Amino acid sequence: MIQVIKPGLLTTVQDLGRPGYQQYGVVVGGALDAFAARVANLIVGNDDNAAVLELAQTGPELGFERDTLIAWNGGDFDATIGGQPLPRDRPVRVAAGERVSFGVARTGWRAWLAVAGGIDVPLVMGSRTTYRRAGLGGHQGRPLVAGDELKTFEPGERGAALLHTLQAGQKRGTTWTVRPGTMGRPATAGVVRAMRGPEWDWFSEDAQRDFFSADWQATKEADRMGVRLQGPGLVQVKPREMISAAVNTGVVQVPPSGHPIVLLPSRQSVGGYPRIAAVAGVDIGRFTQLRPGEKVRFEKIPLQQAQDLWLARERDLARVRMGLARMTG
Amino acid sequence: MQITPLGDSALIVELGEAINEATHVRVQAALRALMVEPLPGVSEVVPAYTTVTLFYDPWAVVQAGAPADEITTWLAAAVRERLKNPPKTAKSKPRTVEVPVCYGGEHGPDLNRVAAQAKLAPEDVVRRHAKAEYRVHLIGFSPGFPYLGGLPKELVTPRHAKPRMAVPAGSVGIGGEQTGIYPQSTPGGWNLIGRTPLRLFRPEEDPPVLLQAGDIVKFRAIAAEEFAQLQEART
Repeated sequence: MIQVIKPGLLTTVQDLGRPGYQQYGVVVGGALDAFAARVANLIVGNDDNAAVLELAQTGPELGFERDTLIAWNGGDFDATIGGQPLPRDRPVRVAAGERVSFGVARTGWRAWLAVAGGIDVPLVMGSRTTYRRAGLGGHQGRPLVAGDELKTFEPGERGAALLHTLQAGQKRGTTWTVRPGTMGRPATAGVVRAMRGPEWDWFSEDAQRDFFSADWQATKEADRMGVRLQGPGLVQVKPREMISAAVNTGVVQVPPSGHPIVLLPSRQSVGGYPRIAAVAGVDIGRFTQLRPGEKVRFEKIPLQQAQDLWLARERDLARVRMGLARMTG
Repeated sequence: MQITPLGDSALIVELGEAINEATHVRVQAALRALMVEPLPGVSEVVPAYTTVTLFYDPWAVVQAGAPADEITTWLAAAVRERLKNPPKTAKSKPRTVEVPVCYGGEHGPDLNRVAAQAKLAPEDVVRRHAKAEYRVHLIGFSPGFPYLGGLPKELVTPRHAKPRMAVPAGSVGIGGEQTGIYPQSTPGGWNLIGRTPLRLFRPEEDPPVLLQAGDIVKFRAIAAEEFAQLQEART
């Protein structure tokens, strides 16, 4: 059992989302940076889709009832255990009775915390993801509040073995780490790779040039559905009425204001604004860490390159997975 | 039939250029053909007015045999092949669903507004709205929210310039040429003419919705007492 002593700003239970129900208006949702959540799960020996906690800006304070193996990654939170810094990107042992406190994000905005076994909340429509608008999934369909108690499943074989090793050696964590941000071919700081969207041709030459050259500033209008960017207004050649159609995570929509919105996993299932671009799948995580006022630039890449990047990152993850299996096997 | 990429993990299949019955039938047929046995690596197929969109995992598509440098072409070819030779599925006749609505009064605060711009008496608006037959084109906006086509032309009413912060669950609204029902209390800019006691989103059922794309909807005007009784019976 994990006790929620302080809930943090917006701490929710998330897995990899609730696909399959978009045609009924149900959003996919899930950990905003799905790759980071998968890596956190991998570190503690969980399946990729095990439920984790997602933290935003100010993290929770959690009390652990028994010895537990955890791992966290994402933004640079001021995380401590017993007053000492809580190591990240690796398996960490929390002893029975200890408290973990995440403090505030010094850089970045969100983090993911995996617990060996995974958070035990009921499956709703095939997922443990919190769906606030419908008030279902996750822990009672809502973000955590003080006093909540979270159950966890029994750790898997590898998670149990890792915990045992750390206990036997009286160690806090391992020396090895797995960092999602180093896998595949990461973009340089401040740059996000993107490809043209279906309505690219609707935009003026100026808008097309500006989109891939301007510094775009993240605004305060940012949540789990998307991030609105501030910059040169993007104008269409001739405003056209679009018939609503599906959107995808990473799609960049341009409403009549001309200020683009990058869609994140809790986006609606359909949208009616022209889609000027789509962020490469491997770079979507960047938008989950942007703080209001921070800047990004879009680098134009072809679709095939975006898929190459995707495959390269998956190959790296598969290699790490095999390495970890050998280590404990 | 055009197939266009939507980023690196989705493909849009275009099945028509305008919102009409023929396109709707093609969208539903394509959805059935692509859902009955999902193509490799495809996690979801999402229908809209004139398109279906396939969501896929490039890694899973390559594991299923696609050349790593031709994922999109390979998947698009598989889609064309599937749509050319669709598996035999029982083509279900459209369901007709009756939706009881208490029009006007506290449940339909915008009935008079719609009546005024239609130059009709409020009772005539109700009669015409309840007499028409509607087709569910799309479920979206929020869980279970049906976008209905078939609104009588004289009832077309522009949306509110400033949306309401909270529309009561079950409210029946008119937004331009469309009419729809709000399953949850959400912000909304449509003209509210009535309210149904039915639950549109049913997460405990499969599928989790009262109405699905393709269904035919008929509204039945009910009195405030019946509304109260039906709502009582729900809980």
